[in-house]
Amino acid sequence: MTDAVAVSDLHVSIAGSHILQGVSFNVPTGGVTALLGRNGVGKTTTLRAILGLVASSGQIQVLGHDVENWPTHRIVRLGIGYVPEDRDVFSALTVEQNLRLAESSAAARYDDVFSLFPELKQRARQRAGTLSGGQQQMLSIARALLNDRPLLLVDEPSKGLAPKLVSEFASVLERAAEHSTVLLVEQNLGVVKRLADHVVVLDHGEVVHRGGAGDLDDPALVRRLLGVAGAA
Amino acid sequence: MSAFLVITFSGIALGAIYFLAASGLSLIYGLMDVLNFAHGLFMTIGAYLGWEIATRLPSSFGAPALITLAIVGATLGGAVAAGITELVLIRPLYGKPISQILVTIGLDLAAVGLLMGGFGSTALQIPVPLWLIEPTRIGSMFLPNANFLALGAGVVVLVVLEWFLARTRYGIIIRAGVENREMVRALGIDVGRAFTLVFVIGGAMAGLAGILYAVVFSGDLISPTQGDSLLIFAFIVVVIGGLGSIRGSAVAALVVGLLQDYTSFYIGGHSGWAQIGNLSTVLLLAVVLEWRPRGLFGRVV
Amino acid sequence: MRTWVSRHVGVVIGAVALTLFAVVPFVGVHVAWVLPGTLDIVNSTGTLEVLALCFMFAGVAVGYDLMFGFTGLMSLGPVLYFATGTYVFDIALTRWAWPLWPALLLTFGVSLVLAVVLGAIALRVHGIAFAMVTLAFAQAFFYLIESNPHNLTAGDTGLALSYTRLPSFLSGAVSNTRSLYWLALAFLVVAYAVVWLVSESVTGHVFVAIRENERRLDVLGIRPYRFKLISFVVSSLIATGGGVIYILVIGTAVPSVVASTTVTLSILIMVVLGGAGTRWGAVVGAMVYIYLQQFLDKVSAQPSFTTLPAFLRVPLSEPQFLLGAIFVLFVLFAPGGIAGQVGRFRAWRRVRALTVDASVDQ
Ligand SMILES: Nc1ncnc2c1ncn2[C@@H]1O[C@H](COP(=O)(O)OP(=O)(O)O)[C@@H](O)[C@H]1O
Ligand SMILES: [Mg+2]
Repeated sequence: MTDAVAVSDLHVSIAGSHILQGVSFNVPTGGVTALLGRNGVGKTTTLRAILGLVASSGQIQVLGHDVENWPTHRIVRLGIGYVPEDRDVFSALTVEQNLRLAESSAAARYDDVFSLFPELKQRARQRAGTLSGGQQQMLSIARALLNDRPLLLVDEPSKGLAPKLVSEFASVLERAAEHSTVLLVEQNLGVVKRLADHVVVLDHGEVVHRGGAGDLDDPALVRRLLGVAGAA
Repeated sequence: MSAFLVITFSGIALGAIYFLAASGLSLIYGLMDVLNFAHGLFMTIGAYLGWEIATRLPSSFGAPALITLAIVGATLGGAVAAGITELVLIRPLYGKPISQILVTIGLDLAAVGLLMGGFGSTALQIPVPLWLIEPTRIGSMFLPNANFLALGAGVVVLVVLEWFLARTRYGIIIRAGVENREMVRALGIDVGRAFTLVFVIGGAMAGLAGILYAVVFSGDLISPTQGDSLLIFAFIVVVIGGLGSIRGSAVAALVVGLLQDYTSFYIGGHSGWAQIGNLSTVLLLAVVLEWRPRGLFGRVV
Repeated sequence: MRTWVSRHVGVVIGAVALTLFAVVPFVGVHVAWVLPGTLDIVNSTGTLEVLALCFMFAGVAVGYDLMFGFTGLMSLGPVLYFATGTYVFDIALTRWAWPLWPALLLTFGVSLVLAVVLGAIALRVHGIAFAMVTLAFAQAFFYLIESNPHNLTAGDTGLALSYTRLPSFLSGAVSNTRSLYWLALAFLVVAYAVVWLVSESVTGHVFVAIRENERRLDVLGIRPYRFKLISFVVSSLIATGGGVIYILVIGTAVPSVVASTTVTLSILIMVVLGGAGTRWGAVVGAMVYIYLQQFLDKVSAQPSFTTLPAFLRVPLSEPQFLLGAIFVLFVLFAPGGIAGQVGRFRAWRRVRALTVDASVDQ
């Protein structure tokens, strides 16, 4: 089985600063791979480079295709659902229009996402800009799950949310991972331990650790790599 | 009082044309961050194409059919010119907003130069049917029919545009792209097509504005630089209304058109004040910028 | 010695060019290839006048480069300050018969006030809105001049400069073309020096930082607004200087020639053609632009031209078309302008020298 994503010697420079300095890792097909690291080490930039949203050099393979220099929309159409760090719902559009925009075929699973997030159905005609942070995150996740995508890139879904919502989103992702590969960026170690099968740790624009989820049970390692207490 | 109403009506008609000229510009800027300097050129191309149609086709068609065809041709001509511009000149420069402005400046100069070479720099006359010159009597007022034409065109375009942006898939893509272009791409949508589309739409409205301005306000005369002078007012309207906002453009166009007409009618007659109409619009721009830099309906710029 | 020369090749070329241009009025060789047609003597009045215009525009272009190339501010209104230079100076001398120095003081005073006030308003918006607003202000100024307020500007008729209050070496006589030529050259040197000093100073480094990433400055606690205004004002004052030189050399101010958007676009094109943000690029760009304009004008006036078929004659007889087309090609295919091409050539030579050295080593 090939990897869902394979990144090798990835470099990214933005406005003169060399943000990714030769990142290499792979995401095995199936399950959840967590991309970890302190704030500002380049996790979001890595996802954006995979999607072709920032210029990069190096090799990027997505779902069996070499996608360097591809336009973003072609990469995404290989079968990617993306939940960006800042939700990025379109605030001037209604919930329904946000979903319609994401729809890539007639097979869009509106019933599934509405049963996951009934609130979105009730608020279908509300402008997304007037939703709460949690509701916006629901919409952002729903957008990614609407089409049956083999690969999900999810960037800090729990950021700034109440614990109850965090665990709700974790369950949603857990279920999604049953038939999709998930590359998850997450700061909440509890969520990571619950979901992740594999971990990749970035620091200063380089991969400093690769391993199984069990590695996170070693508090010393966690402290060294992530600078947080391992007992979260 | 009756004079006041006539002036008001003419100001509204002028506003309608400013709206046609400005809303495409605003949409293009909102979606693509491109200041399209060639927008004035699209107006001029529309006007000249209209002139070609109205003068080349046999007069047996009858004046009303000729002017209708000219207006349709001007609209299509502006759309085609804009579409080609986007594909050939703007597309290779994606991600370089300054170069995109520069290339439209170069295009404008080159094409206006070409028009001067081909048609001469003196104004040409578009033949129009008599009823367009005559006024309609309402009560004790005589309102020029041409003003009704401008107003009608403005209202129809506003309604169609609002419908298109609110209801159609491409309209929604455009609105989403105005807000966050990258995220539209990340949903697997080819934003480039939406870019071409807004250029085509903007160009169509510009072509329409170009010929209507000639027919309604400049005594049926067209010249190679007319579009560029209109463009300045379109800029003023876009900034006052808020970049990227169609409704903002509509309101600002109305305000600017009225202000310009009132000031030139009531003040412009005094010697040395002939340009007050034009000047007042810039003054309004300065006031709006001091009070609300993002414009009436705009996001932060 | 060789290394010093190669490291300072720009300074050397600049010094040599300056010296050559300074002595041009003394030489009298026929050079038919300079411009086709009538102007074939290097120090003929016509040629000197064209060169003086070149220097004047080069100075204005360098000033614009400080704002556009270094600070990243795309103003579409430099003509406003250029026209201020032309008209205020012209009005003071011609309508009010002021002596030279008070007239100059008034001109730059008015320009300073206008630049500070209008710049402060326009800089409330960023990027493209700034471009639109500066364009609108400049256009308003054009309308103002055209409307001939209080019979000051003479409107579209144009206002001829009265030379009576000027020192004799500047008076409009043809024999004085030389002194005007040197004056224009001196203006270029001063403008270049000012831009050089400002752009190499700490303030100039802030300008570049604003161009690169304005938000980052906010993080550092530097307010970009004031620096942008400084850049705008310095650039505008230089444009005003250019306007004064213009009216001295040409002797008549006509709104469509000195106050219309065409002037702004010319300046912008000069800078982009030469290479923005390099100073010398703006100078070269201005020279090339004015030369091309004159050249194309002369070519299309050639009698043999009328024999061309229309599809060639019409476009080729419009300098504006050709300049616009050349500009489009530059933007598409040589984005760094002439300076960018020279830079690439030098980099290529360096790489080649290195590989040659390396192969010699083996
Ligand atoms: N558009 C940008 N301009 C300048 N710097 C950026 C930009 N985007 C990201 N960076 C910098 O790149 C680094 C990595 O950012 P990011 O990938 O968002 O980190 P993470 O997601 O790991 O927190 C940070 O230091 C950030 O400041
Ligand atoms: Mg991040």
